[in-house]
Amino acid sequence: MTTTEKPQEFKVVGTRPIRHDGVDKVLGRAVYGADVRLAGMIYGAVLRSPHAHAKITKIDTSKAEAMPGVFAVMSGKDMPLVASGALDLGETVDDTAFTSDRVMAHDKVVYKGHPVAAVAAIDQNTGLEALKLIEVEYEVLKPVISLEEAMAPGAIVIHEGLIGSDQGEQVKNTNIAVHNRLEFGDPEAAFDQSKTVIERTFIISRAHQGYIEPHASTVFWAPDGKITVWTTTQAPFGVRKTISALLNQPLSNIKVTPTEIGGGFGGKIPVYLEPLAAVLSKKAGRPVKIQMDRRAVFEATGPGPGGTVKVKMGVDDKGKITAATADIRYGAGAYPGASIGAAASGIFACYEVPNVRVDSYDVVINMSKTAAYRAPGTPQATFASETLVGELCEIIGMDPMEFHLLNASKEGTRRPDGPLFPRVGNEGCLLAIKDSDHFKSTLEPSAEGKLRGRGMASGYWNGIGNKSSVTINVNDDGIVSLVEGNPDIGGTRTTIAMQAAEILGLPAEDVHPAVGDTDSVGYSDLTAGSRTTYATGTAAIEAAKMVIDEMKKRVAMIWETEYENIEHIDGMFTNKVAPDRRFTFKEAAGKLGQTGGPVAMTGTVNVRGSGGGSFGTHLVDVEVDSDTGKVEILRYTAAQDAGKAVHPSYVEGQFQGGAVQGIGWALNEEYYTSDDGSMINSTFLDYRMPTSLDVPTIDTIIVEVPNVNHPFGVRGIGETSIVPPAPAVANALADAIGARLYQTPMNPGRILEALAAKKAGK
Amino acid sequence: MTLTPEQSFVRRVAVQCTLNGQPTEFLAAPYLSLLETLRETLGLTGTKEGCNDGNCGACTVNVNGRIVDACLMLGVEAEGKTIETIEGVAPAGGLHPLQQAFLEEAALQCGICTPGFLVSAKALLEAEPDASEQRIRLWLAGNLCRCTGYDKIIRAVEKARDQTK
Amino acid sequence: MHPYQYIPATNITEAVSMLARYGHRARIMAGGTDLLVQLRGERYELDAVVDAKAIPELMELTLDGGLTIGAAVPCYQVYEDGAIVAAFPGIIDAASLIGGIQIQSRASLGGNLCNATPSADGICPLIVYSGVVTLTGVEGTRTMPVEEFATGPGRNALGHGEMLIKIHLPKPVDHFGAAYQRFIPRNEMDIAVAGVASAVTLDASGEKIESARIALAAVGPIPIFAKQASDSLAGQPATEESFAKAGEIASTEASPISDMRGTIEQRLHLVGVLTRRTLAQAVQRARGNA
Repeated sequence: MTTTEKPQEFKVVGTRPIRHDGVDKVLGRAVYGADVRLAGMIYGAVLRSPHAHAKITKIDTSKAEAMPGVFAVMSGKDMPLVASGALDLGETVDDTAFTSDRVMAHDKVVYKGHPVAAVAAIDQNTGLEALKLIEVEYEVLKPVISLEEAMAPGAIVIHEGLIGSDQGEQVKNTNIAVHNRLEFGDPEAAFDQSKTVIERTFIISRAHQGYIEPHASTVFWAPDGKITVWTTTQAPFGVRKTISALLNQPLSNIKVTPTEIGGGFGGKIPVYLEPLAAVLSKKAGRPVKIQMDRRAVFEATGPGPGGTVKVKMGVDDKGKITAATADIRYGAGAYPGASIGAAASGIFACYEVPNVRVDSYDVVINMSKTAAYRAPGTPQATFASETLVGELCEIIGMDPMEFHLLNASKEGTRRPDGPLFPRVGNEGCLLAIKDSDHFKSTLEPSAEGKLRGRGMASGYWNGIGNKSSVTINVNDDGIVSLVEGNPDIGGTRTTIAMQAAEILGLPAEDVHPAVGDTDSVGYSDLTAGSRTTYATGTAAIEAAKMVIDEMKKRVAMIWETEYENIEHIDGMFTNKVAPDRRFTFKEAAGKLGQTGGPVAMTGTVNVRGSGGGSFGTHLVDVEVDSDTGKVEILRYTAAQDAGKAVHPSYVEGQFQGGAVQGIGWALNEEYYTSDDGSMINSTFLDYRMPTSLDVPTIDTIIVEVPNVNHPFGVRGIGETSIVPPAPAVANALADAIGARLYQTPMNPGRILEALAAKKAGK
Repeated sequence: MTLTPEQSFVRRVAVQCTLNGQPTEFLAAPYLSLLETLRETLGLTGTKEGCNDGNCGACTVNVNGRIVDACLMLGVEAEGKTIETIEGVAPAGGLHPLQQAFLEEAALQCGICTPGFLVSAKALLEAEPDASEQRIRLWLAGNLCRCTGYDKIIRAVEKARDQTK
Repeated sequence: MHPYQYIPATNITEAVSMLARYGHRARIMAGGTDLLVQLRGERYELDAVVDAKAIPELMELTLDGGLTIGAAVPCYQVYEDGAIVAAFPGIIDAASLIGGIQIQSRASLGGNLCNATPSADGICPLIVYSGVVTLTGVEGTRTMPVEEFATGPGRNALGHGEMLIKIHLPKPVDHFGAAYQRFIPRNEMDIAVAGVASAVTLDASGEKIESARIALAAVGPIPIFAKQASDSLAGQPATEESFAKAGEIASTEASPISDMRGTIEQRLHLVGVLTRRTLAQAVQRARGNA
């Protein structure tokens, strides 16, 4: 079901063709990172620190080097020393020295799982056995795990050289890498004049993206200095740039081929294995493949950060928000870079907030450095703000839907970080939910011992535009090949091809998309930030327009008329002054040879902004077993603004996938961490992601409020859907059990405690 | 007790089995799983490693008519067995109704879990051609998907079920 | 991982002699669903795994009033046998809960028992059905009640060169019923936070409990036979109040720890809840109301 405003007419966009890479994927033929096989390939294995915080006092790799079957061994001394500096990865900027340290420790380890050495051997098991022969001595230091510890005055400082920024002022000897403040108006005065003010503190768990495919990279460092990389990544050009920076090699010597990718959600933006495989390959003279095991994925790659979020909100006697403040503190892991910026700008984005202050803190702790996890920083912050809104509505006796509508941000509303919203779909999604069967249905009473409740929440993700290149080649049979540089995590090669097909007047099947390597396609920013269908699609549209334009010139030549007389309408080239002459695309393509040669065009874009971002509203019914605290999701509806859904099935899929990730975060997902900084639940057994039996049908409503920044109105939609679920579930639980939880996950143990506390009258 | 490399050398074992309908013989290192054997020795990389400890189902294969996690079986145990991997699901030159349904219903996003789901679902529909949605969800609970939220996978299995029963 | 040999044994003598020869450096493999994970996790090193699935006695599954389950019989064979489902539903409860479908194709109740984790789903039902294990080693064959077999977390009573051959459950008497339930945070694939198996023998009227057996999983270092809770039900009416009281007593016999799967308080609470629920279900089954 879709809600549309002022629909454009489309032939291809909005249809549901079979994705172009689908057959390979259902046959099991698609080549993912670990599937790469090269002649002479050998296998890498990584030795990882058992300590979360320690000095490396001795490392002796000689026995491993001498072991039969071992080709090469490396450790920190084999990585060039690189200076601190900006490493711009498109959506974020990391630090070169920190990145080098993160992938291979030098003299100190700062998270459990921190690589300290690596080997390359004839087979995987020999490599693992060789690791046992590497002797490492550590001087164990006290790990700093909690935010309180890390932020306390006199705290153990994890990085002595770290220069923190406190609202722009430099700070030394700190674990607080960044403290930012957004401020507008006078929140304190507004609170004083409010009818009702509430403040709550929320604790949100660290949660992993949970992609099913572990990281895997294969690198061959040839004798002529050319470095070829095959890796599962969201960012092939980012990988190239990072390897160049870390290994002091020219960009032009590095070629990155992204393999098919088995899930990313942001977690496959950073580099982990590629530099190690490269160094080993140089030493061994062979291609080296390294695959991460699941434990290392959990312990040593970047999840989304956990932290605390304190939120305060005031309303007048009509329920209109007068002011809101927030204090957001995230555990970034062992190096700075938790997504506090997006959290700060997103936390109140669903509302008009005339007076606002958001403080955000990026705090270093002795755990793996966090990475982007779908709408990074925002699910955590929104869990706080939307759960607070749910409670506020209870207190003032206002229906949450009416509260949301009354206060909804819209075109012209100022976002806390400054920009004004263009036309966006916030109200559209709220109204879509209000109008839904789910919302209108009565929640049936439950059996004895069970409690039922309903809750809603809204969420927002801005997204980015950035740079993409798309090349279109016309074949003389009228088939068009399209090369783009964005790894396809969820069907984007098809949505990009469909946008080109729309302009070219071709069916989707006649555009053959491919994801190219860094040598065969122009620079393209990463697959992330909800940008791929949107921005790379824009590049595809550019390229397609250029193709049509050139083909018009060729047709003009054939018809011996002026270029200005040629039109391209409904897929046909026609002559304004001789209307009975027409060519299909195929016919025109067949004549390129005689009119000058092949037609190939590259569209490049640097799209400014996302056009306002994508809002979503979710509604959920839950049932709680009051004896055990077990939660069942009875019914779930996700509405979200897609601008214009290019391929509705894949848009629905994004809504559903993000919703289930959010449900998992809400109910079960967290890092159980011991005092020494180890993640105890580093398996899929105890890091509990939802199975097919844990969720019902996820109903979806595609709202379409066209994006002013895209020719077809397309918005990036991949991330927003993970933002509303946790607070929606929290609000539904509160409705069910009459008590509130302020912490994720809201697992059975915590629900039982809440029930018991309520019973005891607390 | 650490043995020298010479002492630890364990000979590969010759294994004969029926693999995707064909009599197949190969050498298996006795301590390697069926998953590693399929992928590394036999070059059949359609079966995926997700966790290597039986908790995600990405390595699901069919052995003598039962679905198993290939990571929890040794390669040498293939001896005398009839094994079907994802590479054997499609009939020659075509697609299995489940594969077609997955494509039509957009039941894959990144596709890494898809081989495991197809092998599992195929076994279900062969054992229970009329399986209900609840039964499908229970049967497939040993296969994790992080991208789709399962919805379209269930729809695809139901579609194939309705087409083939 | 240290490379190991694979030895497919075809009879008990062969298997026992392998175990005797290799000592701690060899283990029996049934389904491999615990063994392979533990080997790769370097919990121990082996030079050999002895595959027992070709040994007839270990693959026996016989219902003749009583039930004999060979040590390597995979769970699916147990729960796909309609006669066993009807006669021993409490065992089916466990066999169909361990892992998921893929796991159940290979994992065996015997292996689950030998693995001896306190949270094992398969052990408590065997206890309440008064199961007896048969062990054979270099010194011959012996039997023991199931509740004596697990001796500590991950430790069992097997001696040097000894292996589990089979588990035998005696024929249930008239008016007997048993059930197993566990609590997990998701709906499948989890390790039990707490589990309870209950068995009751009712009098002919079906209103009074003559005897009961209750066993607790995941709330102590081994699966716990809750003797006091069990004995407390003798002569009691088969009512919710009796079940609740038994649940309270069972909680006092549990000694759970707090770990990543649950807290002490949560587990003690769940013991009470699950005892009530499994007693109610066992009574229903004893009355013939499944």
